[in-house]
Amino acid sequence: MPHKTFFWFIFPTGLAMILFIGLPIVSSFFQSLHIETQQVLMEVENCDPFGCQTNVRVDVEATDKLREENPLGRFNGFGTYLDRNHLAFDEIGEAWNISSSMGEFKDIVLNLPFYKALLFTLTFCFAVTPPVIFLGFIVALSINTLAKSIKGLIVFGTILPMIVTPLIGSLVLFWMIDSQGIIGASIQILFDDPNLSLKASSNLTWITLIIYGIWHNTPFAFVVFYAALQTVPQDPIEAAYIDGASRFQRVRYIVIPHLYPVATFIMLICLMDNFRVFEPIIGFSAEGVAQSLSWMIYQDLRNENKMLFGSAGATSMLTILGIAILLTPVLIRTWKEFRTER
Amino acid sequence: MKKLLIALLFSFVSASAFAGSHSPCGVTNGSINILANEFTTYRIFMDEVKSCAGPDADFNVTHSVDHNKLQVAALSANPAEFSAKLVTNGSITPLMNDGLIRPLDDLVAKYGANLNENQKITIDGKIYAVAFMANAQHLWYRESILNDLGIDVPSTYEEVIAAAEKIKAAGVMPNPYAGAFKSGWNLGQEFVNMYLGHGGEFFKSGSAQPNVNNEKGVAALNVIKKLTELSNPDFLTQDTNAVKEEWESGNVALMHVWNSGAASLLDDEGDQAIKADTRLAPSPSVGGGSKPATTLWWDGIGISTNTSDENAEASFRALVGAASSSELANDNPNATVWLIKGYTPGDTAGPVVDAANRGATPYPSFPHMSLMHGALSSELVEFLQGNESAEKALADVEAAYVAKATEQGFL
Amino acid sequence: MDTRLNKYSKQLIIINSIFILFWLTISIFPFIWTLWGSFKVKADFFSRAEWTYALSGFNTLIETGATTTVKAYIESWTEGEFWRASMNTMIVTVSVVSISLFLGTLGAYALSRSTYKYTFYILIAALIFRAMPHITLVSGYLFPFFQLNIWGILPTTIIVLVAINQPFTLWLLYSFFKTVPKELDESALIDGCSYFQAFRYIIMPVMWPGVVTAGLFSMMLAYNDFTVTALLLNQENYTMVPKINAYLGTIEYGGNYMWAVSSVVSATAPLFMIIWFFQRQLISGLTAGAVKG
Repeated sequence: MPHKTFFWFIFPTGLAMILFIGLPIVSSFFQSLHIETQQVLMEVENCDPFGCQTNVRVDVEATDKLREENPLGRFNGFGTYLDRNHLAFDEIGEAWNISSSMGEFKDIVLNLPFYKALLFTLTFCFAVTPPVIFLGFIVALSINTLAKSIKGLIVFGTILPMIVTPLIGSLVLFWMIDSQGIIGASIQILFDDPNLSLKASSNLTWITLIIYGIWHNTPFAFVVFYAALQTVPQDPIEAAYIDGASRFQRVRYIVIPHLYPVATFIMLICLMDNFRVFEPIIGFSAEGVAQSLSWMIYQDLRNENKMLFGSAGATSMLTILGIAILLTPVLIRTWKEFRTER
Repeated sequence: MKKLLIALLFSFVSASAFAGSHSPCGVTNGSINILANEFTTYRIFMDEVKSCAGPDADFNVTHSVDHNKLQVAALSANPAEFSAKLVTNGSITPLMNDGLIRPLDDLVAKYGANLNENQKITIDGKIYAVAFMANAQHLWYRESILNDLGIDVPSTYEEVIAAAEKIKAAGVMPNPYAGAFKSGWNLGQEFVNMYLGHGGEFFKSGSAQPNVNNEKGVAALNVIKKLTELSNPDFLTQDTNAVKEEWESGNVALMHVWNSGAASLLDDEGDQAIKADTRLAPSPSVGGGSKPATTLWWDGIGISTNTSDENAEASFRALVGAASSSELANDNPNATVWLIKGYTPGDTAGPVVDAANRGATPYPSFPHMSLMHGALSSELVEFLQGNESAEKALADVEAAYVAKATEQGFL
Repeated sequence: MDTRLNKYSKQLIIINSIFILFWLTISIFPFIWTLWGSFKVKADFFSRAEWTYALSGFNTLIETGATTTVKAYIESWTEGEFWRASMNTMIVTVSVVSISLFLGTLGAYALSRSTYKYTFYILIAALIFRAMPHITLVSGYLFPFFQLNIWGILPTTIIVLVAINQPFTLWLLYSFFKTVPKELDESALIDGCSYFQAFRYIIMPVMWPGVVTAGLFSMMLAYNDFTVTALLLNQENYTMVPKINAYLGTIEYGGNYMWAVSSVVSATAPLFMIIWFFQRQLISGLTAGAVKG
């Protein structure tokens, strides 16, 4: 395709992406390299309905003056990236010096917020993605064999975990897994342990989150596989059938290779989305025992009265970096395919 | 500094003096656009503001749970998206830090004749907000359960723990205590209560240096730990709503939650036997201290700096009309604890008044307090799970705070 | 289609049916539970005392005089102004889906047919763009949007949702266009069609499975998004999800949970039609592709 035609085809989508995603990424990156200007504090007397007391407040005029000199704030290089709430190199170095065994070192490092979050994020990502792809494929194959008349209903049922607003979906599920709820109480009977609570132990909470992740994401893989199955050419299958290939062989040697590009796509998206896991943590109130990188960003931007853009920007950049590393193998394969096709 | 204001606040003033206050406030020009938190009492208040502004006024309001995240960006723009914002002593600081709300002295002089003196929030001698309601956390108990076991209403946390242990030992219920210990803001708030109750100071005086890793901090954490051991094992996932559910299901005999929950905890839905047995009590003190281990909150009106004087005046007139309407307060006496002149407190306001009289601390309004609260929110969990010592948890809090405060230019 | 291919052994049919039944139970049970519970009062559906209350309606009977009630539905639609939110959602969803698909099909077609190296880089850039957490993006928009005075209105949210979803749409459609044989449109080009004509007359008729799938996901995003809508819309323009979240209340003050639950059921009903349409289009797409191929 000539460059000019290509340009006009790609222009609208490219413009939208650059404007609303590209520029903000660049701006977040710059903000993450800066910290706020010094805030000038002063002591004042405050009176409210409960009495008067001395307090400190920011001297707005003096601080504004400093801000005008440095509108972006003070340049801090990668300082924010390296501070305790992010990569924490100093703390790790110190931990290495003071700890007597690898176990102790590991404990100290995993107590730092970033590494704690990274551990959960990676565990979740790798525990959820493979089952999602596998289950999605199997469900798609199964449903594809059904009679047309009932397909619609069953497709709808299958997609439900994805379409019910996660906000409420997790609220309802959270209530169901309560030790007094239907699932929680059934599990107690099943394991014959009246004190078992899915919310109290951190291991059980992790398992709950992972199962929820699989349940919630499988419909996505299913939909894409199901749609792609509709494009599988019938001629080679028929030919294979005439040659006496079994059903399994036909799936293995004709259907699966045809679905490779789509499977790559599903894997990319699933890895990425699971790396950014966040909603279930909030929905299941699991902040105490399970924190992810996205949750850290949320914490910086929404749990404070003031948004901590620098810190959130740094974590966002680290998230992107993490995803880039995670996806490299898949991308290298895509690159090879791309090259051979040219 | 102890003031008689509180007593004055609830003094009964003849309602007839304000009979005319229900008529529209005479807003003729200027547009009103208000940003506010989302809950029932604010909606009642806003209805009054709207009727005060009159049917012809250009009146808009956005109730948003995310109001705190929107406020700085919304009021920084020039002209600002909103002409007014409902603030609390927690959310006013970021606006003050950036100079986004204006001094109201001239407007108060013009339209604030019916305001109580203590409704005026003054900072450095200037009025920046007008408060209209107050809130605090306090103790709730089940009268029959305490009576059956011969327990007096606890007035200190030590007594609360003893009472809960007695209830547990008697086999009445396995987890008799409940508090909003959900990791995040709630857990941070519990520490703030307990630390202030022990007489702690969050910062070294006059600076933004943290000051929680000390004996008082450790003592506060140990009390919290004891309380959580008497709570449902899921305590780290329980916010105020969940605690209320536990209460309404009869699983709990003692709890420490917001006074604003009274309306829904005592309404006619759910198990009436439990509701009839529910009693409110003052917030307990802790560690031999005299003041209750709770924080006082006010909600008030702030007017945007970056809006035209015309809009500011219109917004202020309408809002202050509601904030000085004794009818609004007396028609909804149990909706909240109103600070409005002429309000006769409802049955449930007692504990808040008591806390104020006994010198409970207002929630600290240091510019860097929200950073400290954020650090407390995330770093205390491991201690409560028994994975680290109190000293280590508090050291982590200070380290997390220092990193954030450095980024924000406070250190 | 050859019927022999679709003949299955009895064993396979049985295993398959059992599997699907099992899967369906898992996937729809929470929804059925919600549907049933939406006709109860809060003390039953969210009971900490005994979960069977949600089945029997123990407290519902005490409070309303019957074991089921539609009170939550009536109140949320009238008093809670849910009708306004559903109208806004409809506007947002329809706009987001049509604009996303329009931009996405054009872009993805070009990406799948160009053989220059930069197409690969564009795809990678799109992927990196998608890796950016939404919450950071949205928080960054706030100040410029307030300053430009475009905060709070529907068009802003629509454009943001379209842009945020473009990387995904591009990649999905790119993968699908890859499965459409190149020979199809190349022959059209040789016959003298322009690229746009080839796209319009050759590709569009066979691209439906991919487009319908992409449309479904765009719709889901617009329908279910919370991060963007909660921070970029004002009260009047709230779509359903921020509205439902508003029903849930805040830390110090309880909300109206049953309004939220009944609203979720109301919000899911129209999706049923859409999914029905979706899967029928998929199958018609198959026949169209087979004929042309």
